[in-house]
Formats: sequence, structure tokens, C-alpha cells
Amino acid sequence: MSKTIKLRKGLDIRLKGKAEQQWLNVVPSSLFAICPQDFIGLVPKPLLKEGDEVKAGTPLFYHKDIPDIVIASPVSGKLNQIKRGEKRKILAFIIESDGAITYNEGVNISQLSSESLREALLKTGLWAYIKQRPYNIIANPNSNPKAIFISGFDTAPLAPDLEFILQDENQALQAGINVLKKLVQVPIYVGLKANKKSVFESIQGIELNYFDGPHPAGNVGVHIHHINPINKGEVVWTLQPEDLVIIGRYALTGKYDVTRKIAVVGSQVQHPAYVKTIQGASIASLTYNNIIGENNRYISGNVLTGLNKGQDGFLGFYDRMISVIPEGNKYEFLGWAMPGFNKFSMSKTFFSWLAPKKEYVIDTNYHGGERAYVMTGQYEKVVPMDILPQQLVKAAIIKDIDLLEKLGIYEVVEEDLALCEFVCTSKIEVQTIIREALDTIRSEMS
Amino acid sequence: MNGLRKFLDKIKPSFQKGGKFHFLHSTFDAFETFLFVPNKTTQRGAHIRDSIDLKRTMSIVIMALIPALLFGMYNVGYQYFKAIGQEAGFGEMFWFGFLKVIPIVIVSYVSGLTVEFIFAQVRHHEVNEGFLVSGMLIPLIMPVNIPLWMVSVATIFAVIFGKEVFGGTGMNVFNPALLARAFIFFAYPKHISGDMPWTYGLTEHIQTVDGFSGATPLANAASYAIDKIPDNWTLFIGLIPGSIGETSKAAILIGAFILLFTGVANWRVMLSVVLGGLFMGGIMNLFAVNPYMELSPITQLLMGGFMFGAVFMATDPVTAAQTNTGKYIFGFLVGVLALLIRVLNPAYPEGMMLAILLMNAFAPLIDHYVIQANIKRRMKRVKVSTNK
Repeated sequence: MSKTIKLRKGLDIRLKGKAEQQWLNVVPSSLFAICPQDFIGLVPKPLLKEGDEVKAGTPLFYHKDIPDIVIASPVSGKLNQIKRGEKRKILAFIIESDGAITYNEGVNISQLSSESLREALLKTGLWAYIKQRPYNIIANPNSNPKAIFISGFDTAPLAPDLEFILQDENQALQAGINVLKKLVQVPIYVGLKANKKSVFESIQGIELNYFDGPHPAGNVGVHIHHINPINKGEVVWTLQPEDLVIIGRYALTGKYDVTRKIAVVGSQVQHPAYVKTIQGASIASLTYNNIIGENNRYISGNVLTGLNKGQDGFLGFYDRMISVIPEGNKYEFLGWAMPGFNKFSMSKTFFSWLAPKKEYVIDTNYHGGERAYVMTGQYEKVVPMDILPQQLVKAAIIKDIDLLEKLGIYEVVEEDLALCEFVCTSKIEVQTIIREALDTIRSEMS
Repeated sequence: MNGLRKFLDKIKPSFQKGGKFHFLHSTFDAFETFLFVPNKTTQRGAHIRDSIDLKRTMSIVIMALIPALLFGMYNVGYQYFKAIGQEAGFGEMFWFGFLKVIPIVIVSYVSGLTVEFIFAQVRHHEVNEGFLVSGMLIPLIMPVNIPLWMVSVATIFAVIFGKEVFGGTGMNVFNPALLARAFIFFAYPKHISGDMPWTYGLTEHIQTVDGFSGATPLANAASYAIDKIPDNWTLFIGLIPGSIGETSKAAILIGAFILLFTGVANWRVMLSVVLGGLFMGGIMNLFAVNPYMELSPITQLLMGGFMFGAVFMATDPVTAAQTNTGKYIFGFLVGVLALLIRVLNPAYPEGMMLAILLMNAFAPLIDHYVIQANIKRRMKRVKVSTNK
């Protein structure tokens, strides 16, 4: 039975540079990369050497803690470089594409039994698209979820319209759902935006729920909280619709086809629009000739939760957008005292409240220094869950695991509290604090 | 402003580690960030941040206090000329009050900020902006006749023992401004109660006209001289004896509007303080055994520091309850207690100060129970889901 859940709390940050619904042609990328940084808690162990030939779907590396989990190459070509940073930490597996994509020989996963399906998904690298909560990590292959959640819309700043991205993908979506249904016999919940037509409405085997409200209404964590919340000891799987499409495509064609449709957005993008590309494409190619100015930040993902990858970086494994915004590395004379017609704020302390529809250019400046907690009630305005966010963050700072459990740490990951970080007057790094707490719990529990 | 920026960049190294003025780094930092929003960019987490910072928040509160301050200056002059029975124009009254009030403001800021800067320096912290508001609140809740050295001692006491011993801004249990007033109230009671302190010069025995007493409405109420209490309208406008910034409810309401509109203060606290006051006032009316209890709840709210406390003191986000539910409870009890202490305890002419300080002490307890309730809800859910 579907229901509509109205959420009042939250905040839509009105950023300039929303994508127009058209496809932009970009220069094809010759370099592609998979960055282990995109997978929380994964320590990569390479399976290949630099210079080895790969096909699309060839496993590049495996998960040190769970060796069954492998990550596959998005394209065919040559493993150009295993880029390392401090202490020889692997930063990226860079592949030079051969232009034409040849695929690894596929397995017919649509015919397999539940157990061998699990094995096949692991072997083909498709398993990496299934994530689990708590922790937002790649699902443990031995875990049995109580439900699977998919969010069918994205409310993050400048987020792409998933309906536009998923158009003509009905078949792959249905095939993906069929695979999941066979894999685990649990309910699959899809959260949709209220009062909007969705491609998911024609898909069989899922339960639809509708959500109405500002960001983070599209976050899967919010959906889980309202539909089937996670208690201690329980596991829920989550997938992104685009990733479901990849699994579905494989089931239909036997090809590890990681073509992605993404949005290139932000105030520094000349023509913000949609682009058809492949997972791990170079950001330079995706933004070529389409950027205003020099001093910019290139983010794979959205401006609240994405990663700063730089112009020479690569599209993140799970990401559906590239955001380009100006860097804020400049001083502003008496900035805190200015009337602020151009300054976006949740509060009405700047005169920007006079223009409630205006879209803003927001740079990466902190707009102030880090301070002790002084304000209260700010976080509560942007978290549409029955959770006490400020108390949770404070418990996370002191890493009191017992208290964190009681306050609902298993229900959130950092993206659910990203808005708290945005609105915080004291400039507390909420997401980092939450992630460190989650990592601590994960290491204590395993 | 490039010149100024260049100058700052030039002298900055001497205040950083290894520089010869490193012992003044917090001071330099405070002035630099006052002049320029720093160039620091986000590295982790959200790439963009709300434009608001503590400086902005605090300056909004100060703006909200300005109407009360300006009216207070005017009222000081007004009361003085009324006492001596002399005619004076608006400008003359304001200027008179201005000259009497400004020294108190300056002393409050200088003493408080000195302590703040010293502590920031010693702790290698940045200077927090919290005192900008406390420094303005303190003069507004003082009587005009307060000796300046007392303001200074009280402020220093409040900042050190009310705030810094707890760890500084954001960690304090009690509202520092109210602590300054409580300090004077208990240490030098003669200077902050009775009929004398509220009109300039009365303590020095100026020649007053016949019939002028200088008694505040609260003092009249406490001595059951109900007929001497001005009508509600006069109480609202505020041309009555009292603490510098507390008398005009009109000016306070302008401040309340600014705070609520900008979202800087929490409406839950303000609303529930007023409701608590009205509720207790109503109860007192029901069981009225003396003329003070017969006063209408509206009059009760318009007397003394009730409204000032409700708008500027109880709403202090650090010392009030932190949870939203807790804020309702906290505020309501402040309102109830303020009237209880005021009417039923003859030792204290004003209950608001003690009510807020008392509830400051109980705020963590209120929060504790609100948090426990949230945890219980969560636990209940576990049982429900395992029963399925």
C-alpha cells in the first residue's frame, strides 16, 4: 500500500546553474579512473599490474576485508597507472581507454538460483552497487537485509531530474528489480516525489511511497526512517536507480555496461545540462570548454556531499552529477556586517530574504570561523526525522557509542545531516564527525 | 580596502607562531576577522556553507537591543527632569540620559572584553563573539545610579565565574548578564533595590519635587499601593522608573520582532515564558488573598523586567533548554516562577532574574528527560518490529 509522507523540515538551497533538460555533447574521455576513496571503508588490493590490458568488466581490485567484493573496470583498454599518495595509499586506478569498448564475457545472471546469483554478482563487480545501512558501505555479502530501499528522486542542490535520466530505461529497471527479487525475498521500497509521474510506476514487484517536502526529502535515509526504520542489529540495502539500471542491463545483455547519464551543473558552468558518459570519465573532458573563470572547485556529486576531485579528477563511482562552483579563497571586508542581498542564508539575517525565489552563487568560503556551539534549534529545522541531531552530533564528538546507539546513529549517514553542516552558525564539521563516529562503531562491532 | 588588507598581511607573521607578538595572536585574530571575513575555504564535508556566522548572529541581537537602549537613555533624562520638576525638551532629555548611560556601556564592554581577550589568549582560542551581546545586556539591566566600579566588578565576576570557568562561550550554565546583576543584587543590594537607584541623582539626594518617590511599579505592587501603579499603557510605553533598558515594552517588542523575524531567537521560549506568566497570573487572580495577587496578568507582564527577560534573557540559546520540547517547558516554568517569586517572596522585588537563573540550572535536566523520551520511543519501536 503506497502512502504520501509530508515532510516540513529541510531546506532547498537555491543555487545558480541548474541543468537544462537537454543533452550536451562532450569530448569523449580517453582516461577513466576508479578511485577507492569513493567506497567508504574499502582498502583496495590490486588484481592487475600497471600496463595490463583490461576489458569493461575486468576486476581491477578487491576489498581487503571482504575479498569476495571486487570492483571492475568501466571501459576496455590498458591499466595506465595505479596512482598512489602518502604512505603508498592507492588514490586511483587509471585506465586508458581504447576507444571502442569490448566487454568481458558475461554470465547469464537472470537464470541463476539465489545463492549462485549472489556469487555471480560478486564476481562480476555488480555487487558494489548494492550498499547497506548502517554505515553506507558496500553491502556485506553475508548480510541478509530486512528490506531494500531505492530513492527515485534527488532533492540535493542542483540535483539532476532522475526522470529525465531514467527515461527509456524501463526494461533495465524491471530486469534489475527481478534480479534483486531473486537475490533476497524482502520488500523493495521505492520512494518517489509526490505529485510527479515516475518511470517506477510501471515497474512490477516494488512498493511505492511518495514524499513531499524540501531537501533531504529525496535521501534514502529519510525514506527508511519513515517507512521501515533501522534498529540495532538490522541491515537494510540501498541502491541508486542508475545503478539498478546497470545490474538490469547486465541481466538483459550480459555486458558490464556502465554508461551513465549525468548532469554538469553549477554557477561556473556555461551551459549546465545533461551528458551521456561512462563511469569514471575524466572531469576535464566532461567540462571542456564549458567553464567560466579559473578559480573553481570541481565536485563529483552535489555541493553538500560530493568530493572535491579537481579539474583533473574523475567522475565518482556512484555519482550522477558534476558541480562546479567558485572557490571562496578571498577575504571580504566587513563581510559579516554587510546587508547581504546576495548572500543565501536559512536565517533572515541577510537581506536576501527580500528575494525568496532568487538563485545564488555560493562559493566555498566558510563565511566565518569555527566556534563553540552557541545556537540551538538550527539542526532541528533541517532534519525531517524523529532524531535529535544536535545531541547526536555531540555524542559523536565524544564517541559515546552507547548513547549514539540510543540516539539513532544507525539510521543516519553523513548525507542525512549534511544540511546541519550547511546551516551551522558555529561552522561545526558535522559530516566528518558523523562519519568518524560511524567508522568507530563499525570497527568496534566487527 | 586593499591597502588595509596588505597592511594586515604584512604584520600578520609577527603574530603567528614564532613571531615576536605571538602572545597577542588571539587579539590580532579578533581584529583581523572583525575587519575581514577570513579566506578559509571548506575542505571536508559540505562545500558550501550558510552565510551566517556568530558575528552576524550577535550583531543582530545587538540591533534588537538598540531600541531598548535608546529609549532607556531618553527615559533616564525624562525621569530626572520629572524628579526635579524642570521642563526639558526631547533632545535635552535624551542627551542627559545618553551621557549617563554611555559610561556604563563602555565600562561593561571594556571590563568584559578584557577578560575575554585574556582567556582567549591563554587558551590559544579565537575570541568568541558571545560577550558582544552580554556587554550590551548588562548596562540595560542596571539602574542608572549604579557606581561604575560595581558594573566593572560584576561584569568581571560574571565573565570569569559565569562563563570562563565552565570552558568559555557556549559552555556556560548560567546567563552571564543575569549573573552580573545577581552579583550586584546579593553583594550590594542597596544599589539595585528600593526607590533610590532608578532615577538619576536620587542616591545623591537631589532636590526633588513634592510627591516624587522614584518607586518602581513593582515596589508599589509589593507595598500594595496598587493605585500608584501606572496604567497598562504607560507601563507599555515605559516612561516609568526602572532598569535602563527594561521599562519600555514597546522597545522590547521591536527587539523581539527583529529576533523572531531573523530567526536568531527561538520563538518557543518567548511564547512559553509569556504563557507561563499569564497562566500564573491567572491562578493568582483565582486565589487572590492580597491586592498584589489581584493585579491582572497583563499588568504583571508589563511590570518590571518580565518582558525584557522573556525576550533577551530566557532565549539565550546556550543557557536555555537545548531541545525544542525542552524549550516549551523551560520557558513556561520561567514565566510561572517569575511571578511566584515576585509576588509570594517578599525578599525579592523582581522574580524574573532568579526565575531564569534557577531554570538555567534545571535546563540540562529538562533536556535529559526530553532526550530519554526520544530514546524510549526508539526502543519501543524495536519491540514492535520484533513482535511482528
